[in-house]
Amino acid sequence: MRKNIKLLGGGALTGAANGLFGGGGGMIAVPVLEKSGMGALFAHATAIAVILPVCLVSGAIYLWFVPIPVSQLLPVALGMTAGGILGARLLPAVSAAGVTYLFALFMLAAGVRMLF
Amino acid sequence: MAFILFAVCGFLGGILGGMGMGGGTALIPLLTIFCGVQQNVAQGLNLLSFLPMSLFALTVHAKNGLLVKDKIWWIVLPALVFSVLGSLCAAFLPARALRSGFGVFLIVLSFTRFAAARKMQLKKQRSD
Repeated sequence: MRKNIKLLGGGALTGAANGLFGGGGGMIAVPVLEKSGMGALFAHATAIAVILPVCLVSGAIYLWFVPIPVSQLLPVALGMTAGGILGARLLPAVSAAGVTYLFALFMLAAGVRMLF
Repeated sequence: MAFILFAVCGFLGGILGGMGMGGGTALIPLLTIFCGVQQNVAQGLNLLSFLPMSLFALTVHAKNGLLVKDKIWWIVLPALVFSVLGSLCAAFLPARALRSGFGVFLIVLSFTRFAAARKMQLKKQRSD
């Protein structure tokens, strides 16, 4: 029961962040799933299944209120889909620690840049 | 030219997204810093681009037997409810404030990722 309550709380946080910041919910969902006893690879893959319906709902709300140019959406969606297929195939093969370090550095730099 | 730049940003975000490592947290700053896209537009672009990408990525993960369905609704249902609230806030916040908030969110996430990477490294060293 306590595990389920943790999942509920983690889910609420995942959804709130993903809606407010238009992404990043998966990075909260992964550790929440891992804490519920899931292995790292399973948690990374399953987090995508968790985030998909959330992005569908948030995406519809954004589409309604925010003017999103099709001339930008088309290339980003095409590029992201191609990258996503590659990333999904790479997941079982890459050094997760190496990728995570590099990406953490990038996030820190981008985060600081966006503050100012 | 702009088409290619946007596609490259999408591709880079997609690689991380397909691994379940936060593609959006890469794509959104790439779009705002290098393409001059407004914060809330970049966020909307990420949410919508994620939809086709995740369908393909999920097919790959399902084939590899990596998807766990057990208890998934405990996390999906509250996430859906709170994502509506979050999205409405984002739609009405000024882009400038949203950008700073996103910066803080990234910095916090980066610390959790550094910790996660350290843990993975230690675990690997022990198993080697």
